[in-house]
Amino acid sequence: MRRAQLLGGVALVVVLALLPFSALTVPGVLPGEFASPGTLQLLAICLVFAALALSYDLLFGFTGLLSFGHALYFAVGVYATTIALSVWHWAPVPAVLLALGCGLVLSVLAGAVSLRVRGIAFAMVTLAFAQAGSVLVVQDPLRVTGGEQGLGLDVSRLPDALVGVVNTRNVYWLALALAAVVYLVVRLTTTSAAGHVWAAIRENEQRIAVLGVRTYTFKLLAFVTGSTLATLCGVVYVLLVGGATADVTTPEFTLALLVMVVLGGSGVRWGALLGGFAYTLLDQRLGALAGSDTVAALPAVARVPLSQPLFILGVLFVLVVLFLPGGVASLVRPDGRPAGSRMRLPARKRARA
Amino acid sequence: MSTVIVLIVTGLGLGALYFLIASGLSLIFGLMRVLNFAHGAVLGVGAYLGWWASVHVGGPATARMLVAVVAGTVGSAVLAAVVELVLVRPLYEREVAQVLVTVGLALAIVALLSGIWGTDPKVYPVPSWMTDTSSVAGASIPHGRVVTVLVGLVVLGLFVLFLRRTRYGLVVRAGVENRAMVTALGIDVRRAFTLVFTLGGAAAGLAGALAGVYFGSVTPGLGSSLLIYAFIVVVIGGLGSVPGSALAAAVVGLVQQFTNYYAASGIGDLSVVLLLAVVLLVRPQGLLGRAL
Repeated sequence: MRRAQLLGGVALVVVLALLPFSALTVPGVLPGEFASPGTLQLLAICLVFAALALSYDLLFGFTGLLSFGHALYFAVGVYATTIALSVWHWAPVPAVLLALGCGLVLSVLAGAVSLRVRGIAFAMVTLAFAQAGSVLVVQDPLRVTGGEQGLGLDVSRLPDALVGVVNTRNVYWLALALAAVVYLVVRLTTTSAAGHVWAAIRENEQRIAVLGVRTYTFKLLAFVTGSTLATLCGVVYVLLVGGATADVTTPEFTLALLVMVVLGGSGVRWGALLGGFAYTLLDQRLGALAGSDTVAALPAVARVPLSQPLFILGVLFVLVVLFLPGGVASLVRPDGRPAGSRMRLPARKRARA
Repeated sequence: MSTVIVLIVTGLGLGALYFLIASGLSLIFGLMRVLNFAHGAVLGVGAYLGWWASVHVGGPATARMLVAVVAGTVGSAVLAAVVELVLVRPLYEREVAQVLVTVGLALAIVALLSGIWGTDPKVYPVPSWMTDTSSVAGASIPHGRVVTVLVGLVVLGLFVLFLRRTRYGLVVRAGVENRAMVTALGIDVRRAFTLVFTLGGAAAGLAGALAGVYFGSVTPGLGSSLLIYAFIVVVIGGLGSVPGSALAAAVVGLVQQFTNYYAASGIGDLSVVLLLAVVLLVRPQGLLGRAL
């Protein structure tokens, strides 16, 4: 079983890695043949969001921590890299290391504070930290983030292999490598001893605390791991899109991650990956559908909702929550147990009910 | 001195808006344990319905504003009731799923609003007497701000009367305290759920129309930006406590206005966040909330 999974994963990565050499097209789904820069760019963004969704699932699905501040750590990766490269003119490697360091330190500090409370209060404190980050980026008191306009990436210090339309395939491979690395890290950690404690915390934190485990330390470990992985995703994302915008700092961005994870199936690694990939693909491509002649010919009642990708995604999400609680992953899980049945808010264990 | 008075009035006006949103959120959470992310979208629908109605009636600006307020309040109340009956009710006992449904709904509604009416700001009917100012102790106070504060106080009074003096208010208070016990005593607490959702929706719709008057225009993103601060207000005030929400709303509105003016624009938003962190760490149940 395990070996089959491993082989399947390796095969998938190999197929994805070979895509830039393929002239195949998927009409309606992709903008052009696989080898075209536009398609590769789109797929690379999808892969980054798949990895990011998986890093969020480490908190939400595997440890039961409902954080509304995951965007903050992604944004740290995006902005720290951009500022170090474009404003301070650092070399690429120190810039990336700086970004990762910032993500690590910030997640340790913010996690240490916010994990002192549980459940909804934890969600609110993480939301507050993320909101503070968002305000800092948009208001830009230090005049480095570019405010609402955002900040372009100065590519002159980057290696040539990552710059320009011709080299889109290299950036695509980078995104693929990112997804693979995040998957491996999440797989290693969630199947380790600490991972079992995380699962226990998700199921019943009081019980595991009674057994003498310091749940705070383990939750902090999960928080820092997931957040730093998000920072890594941010670094790759900015190399991919070539600039930072304030969108990635908003609470709505974190909500989108939550939607991705639940659509795919929380607490299931490939489910979160699939959710992130599919959500991003739909979000990007439904816009093209909206502009198509078929939709334009429809009466207003049908045309207006169909022209809004987020409307379609929102409705789809509501339907999944109502009728498919475990997400897409629950359709094919071998034990048939919906992953959603394990989703609980960590605190308030119906103690008063 | 005059600056201080103006800041107090505008801060309280903003606080009144926060309170209108937060009171519904707080009751819904206190009773049902649902963090209602669709509340901002419900507010947005109220604001847009109010604007739409005011465009389609003639007459003086005051009448059109009143039409907007009534249409917004009623529209949001109906929407909230439908949401509770159709989407939240099937998910009782699945608290995370309820939160998730409201998240999806918020996405869909905001997208629908921008699909129907576009993303450009829609100008609200504001009668001239609302923007006129009166001189109080040397400060020019815009009347609209005072009206907003008064509406907030009236709604607070109505909520308190409802909770203290009516039978359903009693059920809601008991449900916040101990839902299982209320059910065990043979009271259908689900009707209280629908009621609380509807009342909260009405308050949010009122807040939407008033926010249109307060800011002069509405955009599809109006609800979500106000919702963040309303969440902060709810948590600072104590989940489930309406007077707590009122107190916290006033504090948050004042802190935001004063620091935005005396420090720098944007610092006000940061200080509110800081306030939340401090309150949660020192007094996790909020100012007037009960220990969890």
